[in-house]
Amino acid sequence: MKIPLATSRVLTYLWSVALTAFMLFGAELTLAQDAPVTDEAAVALEAAQEEADAAPAEEAAAEAEEEPTLDSGDTAWMLTATVLVLFMTIPGLALFYGGMVRSKNILSTLMQCFAITGLMTVLWTVYGYSLAFDTTGMEAGVLNFKSFVGGFDRFMLSGLTIDSLSGTIPEALFITFQMTFAIITPALIVGAFAERMKFSALLVFMALWFTVCYAPMVHMVWSGDGALMWDWGVLDFAGGTVVHINAGIAGLVAALVIGKRQGYGQTIMAPHNLTLSMIGAAMLWVGWFGFNAGSAVAADTSAGMAMLVTQICTGTAALAWMFGEWISHGKPSLLGIISGAVAGLVAITPAAGTVGPAGALVIGILAGAICFIASTKVKRALGYDDSLDVFGVHAVGGIVGAILTGVFAFPSLGGVWEPTEGATIASQVWVQIKSVLFTIVYTGVLSYVLLKIVDVIIGLRVTPEQEEEGLDLALHDERGYNL
Amino acid sequence: MKLITAIIKPFKLDDVRQAVADIGVQGVTVTEVQGFGRQRGHTELYRGAEYRVDFLPKTKIELAVDDSIAEQVIEAITNVARTGKIGDGKIFVIDLEQAVRIRTGETGVEAV
Repeated sequence: MKIPLATSRVLTYLWSVALTAFMLFGAELTLAQDAPVTDEAAVALEAAQEEADAAPAEEAAAEAEEEPTLDSGDTAWMLTATVLVLFMTIPGLALFYGGMVRSKNILSTLMQCFAITGLMTVLWTVYGYSLAFDTTGMEAGVLNFKSFVGGFDRFMLSGLTIDSLSGTIPEALFITFQMTFAIITPALIVGAFAERMKFSALLVFMALWFTVCYAPMVHMVWSGDGALMWDWGVLDFAGGTVVHINAGIAGLVAALVIGKRQGYGQTIMAPHNLTLSMIGAAMLWVGWFGFNAGSAVAADTSAGMAMLVTQICTGTAALAWMFGEWISHGKPSLLGIISGAVAGLVAITPAAGTVGPAGALVIGILAGAICFIASTKVKRALGYDDSLDVFGVHAVGGIVGAILTGVFAFPSLGGVWEPTEGATIASQVWVQIKSVLFTIVYTGVLSYVLLKIVDVIIGLRVTPEQEEEGLDLALHDERGYNL
Repeated sequence: MKLITAIIKPFKLDDVRQAVADIGVQGVTVTEVQGFGRQRGHTELYRGAEYRVDFLPKTKIELAVDDSIAEQVIEAITNVARTGKIGDGKIFVIDLEQAVRIRTGETGVEAV
């Protein structure tokens, strides 16, 4: 998670740390600051220390920085946030998608989400965390192979002990929190090829995609100094590029490679149970507070603001989609309003933690309106069968959010970000656009290659007979509804 | 004996059941059905995908009655199930050759 440079907060902490140290002559300290110490902070620290003019303070502060201690408040919140993010996939996303497919395919959709949850848990443990967060050989401003992907130094979570800390929380907790992100991202793609992909091919593709597209993206954006997009200075608080554009583009490519469902555009493929979809969308909304506010990796002011803007943007986008539909089709729909809510959640994901309430309102309106157009008009005009609009909601919403983050993060526009030195709205927007383009090309090309490989080895698609029968019976020997 | 088959709007079922019971009909068979008539179907719209639904849900009621009350039953159903709007349904009447109560073996009017 990228932690914004809340310089004033850092200063306050360092001041209090230095003063306390001075008064207590090096008594035990707790430094409730998890952010990597920045140059600015280091300068501020020096200033504070000069003023304090006390050797013990310097020693104590330095010691406290080297060994951050566990903060029980941060830990309690992150334990909760982790549970919330897992809840987003199972059952939230599973139900959201499950309600939108035809009744003969509901179990296959739920099954795919559930199986991905298990699969990603194993892969993240064995090598995913290492590929994503191993930072050996990385140096700020230096572009090398390690800027793109981590190594195997943390293979099988080696080095993890009961006392390992990541900032102010246990490393075991940080690993689990990040694991829930590694679970939901591939699960999002499921919506693009729903109702027609072979289950075995899905498992192989997801394992490959996680390895080649997801873990490196996490590394490039979040692993710290020396990582490609981190060094570019991209603002991606909770995963606009890493999670949503990544999954959305992979979804579009998958929908194109696998092809349309039989009878697409001719036969009725209406959602079979929008009640389930509404329940799922509501679970996503609730769980997303863990996703966004949890990405502060602390129970702090940043988490609080992330929570507020998440709620504002989601409500706004839900209404924007609803009104868009009302105006263009004459009636507002439940599927429309819940789709708008998800679009809002997606768009605020990169922006949470840096934009303010006004920015969230604008992002919400634009995300709701643009995703509505993308998922209805554009999709129909282009004719691709992205069954549940993974591209129209996640990629488009992610792109809208990622770019607008570069605008509304600035304090002059109500943002709560402390701009890095020399950053202007134009320069930051360019960084955001560059990161978006990189993500699109990176994941677009590699997803295509992986899909083709799996297609040759296993075959991506079920037989026409199986598709007609429904995947529940054809692939799993079960039926969703035995009425 | 007559076999009366009425296709009605689903929400009229209770009213019809009450009306025919008042006349003395001892039993009816009800089925949920779909079909089309002069009433046109409707369209459904899901994220811009428009589906035309041609078959509408209706309720089919079947009653076997003695000739003496057949006209009364038909009239009662017609009155109760009518809303005046298109799609109220239809009633079909055919002569019924035989009826048997399975439990007792009674036949004819005794059985209906």
